[in-house]
Amino acid sequence: MSTTLAIETKNLGRIYKLRGSKKETRKELVALQDVSLTVQRGELFGLLGPNGAGKTTLIKVLTTLLSPTSGWARVAGADVQREPDLVRPRINMVSGGESSGYGLLTVRENLWMFSQFYGVPSQEANERIEALLEMVGMKDRMHTKSSDLSTGLRQKMNIVRGFLTDPEVLFLDEPTLGLDVGASRDVRRFIIDWLKTDKERTLLLTTHYMVEADELCDRVAIINKGRVLACDTPSALKQRLQKDVMFEVETSPLNGLTPQMMEEQPEVKKAALTEIEGGARLKLSLVEESALARVFSLFAQKDIKVMNLNKRQPTLEDVFVELVGRSMAEEESNEQSAG
Amino acid sequence: MNNQQARDRALNRPYSRKDTGWRLFLKTIIARAYPRIIGQQREISWVVFDVIMPMLAVISYVLVYRALKAPEEYIGFVVMGGAMTAFWMNVLWSMSSQLYWEKEQGNLALYIMAPNSMMAILLGMALGGMLATAMRAVAVILLGSLMFGVTYEVSSFMQLLAVFMLAMIALYGMGMMMASAFLLFGREAWHMANLAQEPIFLASGFYFPIKSLPFWVAAGASIIPLTLGMDAMRQLVFPSGFSYGFISVSLEIILLAGMSVLFVAAAKVLLAYVEKIAVREGRITESRR
Repeated sequence: MSTTLAIETKNLGRIYKLRGSKKETRKELVALQDVSLTVQRGELFGLLGPNGAGKTTLIKVLTTLLSPTSGWARVAGADVQREPDLVRPRINMVSGGESSGYGLLTVRENLWMFSQFYGVPSQEANERIEALLEMVGMKDRMHTKSSDLSTGLRQKMNIVRGFLTDPEVLFLDEPTLGLDVGASRDVRRFIIDWLKTDKERTLLLTTHYMVEADELCDRVAIINKGRVLACDTPSALKQRLQKDVMFEVETSPLNGLTPQMMEEQPEVKKAALTEIEGGARLKLSLVEESALARVFSLFAQKDIKVMNLNKRQPTLEDVFVELVGRSMAEEESNEQSAG
Repeated sequence: MNNQQARDRALNRPYSRKDTGWRLFLKTIIARAYPRIIGQQREISWVVFDVIMPMLAVISYVLVYRALKAPEEYIGFVVMGGAMTAFWMNVLWSMSSQLYWEKEQGNLALYIMAPNSMMAILLGMALGGMLATAMRAVAVILLGSLMFGVTYEVSSFMQLLAVFMLAMIALYGMGMMMASAFLLFGREAWHMANLAQEPIFLASGFYFPIKSLPFWVAAGASIIPLTLGMDAMRQLVFPSGFSYGFISVSLEIILLAGMSVLFVAAAKVLLAYVEKIAVREGRITESRR
């Protein structure tokens, strides 16, 4: 294996055996299927996909918490299944919405405790805790019990925990989940600063926030139903759609008109629907701008009013729609109803 | 130090070293013991639940024994039993369920993923629990002895120390073993512990000498290390304690030493199994699946 690779997976698969009642035959859930990826050292790599796509399962395999059922994975040069003891000192992980640590301990004490599990000298750990907390704007909360922290501050503490051990490869699983706009921005800025200072540091980030992936990642893999559908830089992914004309239309309720009906029109490539208050938001991908007139005539037939119309540049969301056929929100609600 | 300097220091300077091997093992034990020793003392309610409540039980037994005109040694037995109850409750409800709660909180995955040994985590929990509970036990002993005028006459400090230490190692070894079992079997194991609590209180002789029980009942109850530990300590600290002893102190020391080895080894094997299952099936570290 090349030493420039921080992460490498080949035909990685994971099947969960679901536990049912004894009479039932055991069901299987394919969480990962034939995932082959490479992440260079120093790269900020994003895994983008809806809930249930397999992002967290992939992170669990890469962090040695779960063995794959097929294929293999190497992190920091070591096999995650056969050499977990070589992988573990070099990695760390932070998950969004986690409640790790102990509420009775202060922020500093919790962070110190976790640093000791990695063998960090106590004094150096305390110095770095202070500095990292200052960076995320939490130095004044250093002696606050973690049970007294807000969700956002708690997540910042978790983020500091992940960075504190100075890992070669850091896994962030939805790190800004549930955070307000300001806190999310602070976290993103911190991530960028951390990576800038050492070219050997690698970060794998999972998110279902398209903007986050677009803003942060050097490369993005779009994952759905356990499969990697595309992997490239955000701009290269968007370039795929550059030839299409993209419109976003807000309308009154659709009165039975479906995205499929719109897609049946000539030169209408994709129509993705998001329900909004009092109506619908449609993202249209058209081969020619003139196709918009055909969509509008459908609206007229169904007595649908157009409230807003914007021509726009393609986003990663559009790439997802192009690859999956549905928006991420639709995919998630579909998964929930199936589950 | 301004923000920029803090940032530079935090991000640019690598650690001088990261300990591995036995140093990491010891660091992990101390770090995991810390929340129990320091954190738990911050919850002042322990005075009510761990000192005042057990004292109420002690007072009840003392009043009953005095009403029945039981031998005065029984008062000392009750005070000692009241103190040792704290350790048993700590092992049964705190130590045993700890890994389960660590899973629910999301800590377990972080512990497994870290380069430390999971055995060090368990030992840290045990050490922390033992030291934190010792404070409660000492409080009960002091209060009970002062209230009821209990006097002690230690016949052998060495043997007393050996019995206490071995009883603690065996008891917390058992707790470590149960922690893995609770995690594996989830709520079923919890119910078993709940079911066993009162019969064990009776059979282990927390408030009376187990010699009063039929031999085989007392022998069966001796699987709980505190049963033999308390019996030996009572023989060693009360002048007429030997006459109430179940078996000789020397034999009890040998049995406790055997139990210590057995329970700690079983805990290690069971923990390795739990870790293996966790990675293979992915359900043990996952509170939602």
